[in-house]
Amino acid sequence: MFDLKGYGPELLSGAVVTIELAFLSLALALALGLIGAAAKLSNSRAAVGIATAYTTLIRGVPDLVMMLLFYYGGQVGVNMLSDYIWETYEVDFFFQFNPFISGVVTIGLIFGAYMTETFRGAFLAVETGQIEAARAYGFSNWHTFRRVMVPQMLRHALPGIGNNWQVLLKTTALVSIIGLTDMVRVAEEAAKAERMPFHFFIPVAFVYLALTAGSELFIKWLDKRANAGVIQES
Amino acid sequence: MADQAPLICRDIYKTFAQLEVLKGISLETKKGDVISLIGSSGSGKSTFLRCINLLETPTSGDIIVHGDPIRFTNNRKGDRIPADNKQVELIRAKLSMVFQSFNLWSHMTVLENITEAPINVLKVPKKEAIERAEAYLNKVGIYERKDYYPAQMSGGQQQRAAIARALAMEPEVMLFDEPTSALDPELVGEVLKVMQSLAEEGRTMIVVTHEMAFAKDVSTQVLFLHQGVIEEQGTPEKVFDHPDSERMKQFLAPKF
Repeated sequence: MFDLKGYGPELLSGAVVTIELAFLSLALALALGLIGAAAKLSNSRAAVGIATAYTTLIRGVPDLVMMLLFYYGGQVGVNMLSDYIWETYEVDFFFQFNPFISGVVTIGLIFGAYMTETFRGAFLAVETGQIEAARAYGFSNWHTFRRVMVPQMLRHALPGIGNNWQVLLKTTALVSIIGLTDMVRVAEEAAKAERMPFHFFIPVAFVYLALTAGSELFIKWLDKRANAGVIQES
Repeated sequence: MADQAPLICRDIYKTFAQLEVLKGISLETKKGDVISLIGSSGSGKSTFLRCINLLETPTSGDIIVHGDPIRFTNNRKGDRIPADNKQVELIRAKLSMVFQSFNLWSHMTVLENITEAPINVLKVPKKEAIERAEAYLNKVGIYERKDYYPAQMSGGQQQRAAIARALAMEPEVMLFDEPTSALDPELVGEVLKVMQSLAEEGRTMIVVTHEMAFAKDVSTQVLFLHQGVIEEQGTPEKVFDHPDSERMKQFLAPKF
């Protein structure tokens, strides 16, 4: 068996951190993406403006800069807010912005912007006849959204979600910069100490590869299910 | 209340931007009426049908469904909009529509398509909704396709499924928007046959159609629309055999 020079357990717990980070960020990104797309497609000019500012800003700033901004700036922001609340209301409110939370928030926000565009395009791809039929049969707006628009939209969104997810998974490696002991960070330390970069980075690369390959299979399966009502052209 | 008119439309106008599409259309139904709306493309017949269930909001005019007038109000821009969305939903549930391009929900099986609105809009218990759906599928002759997805069926079968979906609402009035126009010629017959059997059962129907034989043989009343007004109106015998209007005569004249 491959000898990890005693770093095995640490690498394993680093991999767990990577996976937790990826899934929590994905959940946040999906939620933000749905909200963002709904806002962009709404009739409210304020909602469209906020959502557009969000996607423009996020997509225009490098991920690394965003992450550093949230990690260092986020804590400063919390401190300022906490001082303000203490001075005005005499309520003690404080929390520590740890690297894990900053990672989830940053990655979630970044990919929420990409998901917004994915979902927006997918909603626009739903045929108007499908929505019209729902309205003609007395569905409420919420019922139309939940039972017709979302299931039909998902079919168009899944390839985009899959793409975003793979990039997201790899972006989690950036959190090692802000001191989170994910798999990459552990490997880096081990490689430095043992002077064996290949020995530690190649297994890490394989873990990422296994995760992305596995999720590709899962997305394919989901895609097949979402397309159940559509004749496959092959 | 039993013999109240299922549907009354009074003086319906509809303007899109600058274009006046409907210029005062009125219509009154008795229970069991089959009213055909005929006329060339752009005459406003489909727009009128879409105004009835508020897929388009009429610019002015009244719509009264079984004694219940739809309430309107104006939005901030001054456009007329329905005042009460709940009322609109209730009324739509009483006026089920069959579309030209079927518009079956493509992610649901035929059975799910038919039970969706009865269960969620009319609050029919699931078991009863399924029994009802199966009975109507039998009636339109596609019971054995109930677990198919729409894309797995022919156009004629899809339209018959869409008719079963409309029937399952047990509506006051059924609205048909050119139900055979998107079908291959050899599939038109099976859909018209189903519609004829519904007419014979005494269901109230409003049918926008280009099928003159259907309008002539099955309807109780025919309305000929031209440029947003009713040019000719009456029994099929009168409209087809003794029309007063020049336009109607031209419309009926052999094309070649």
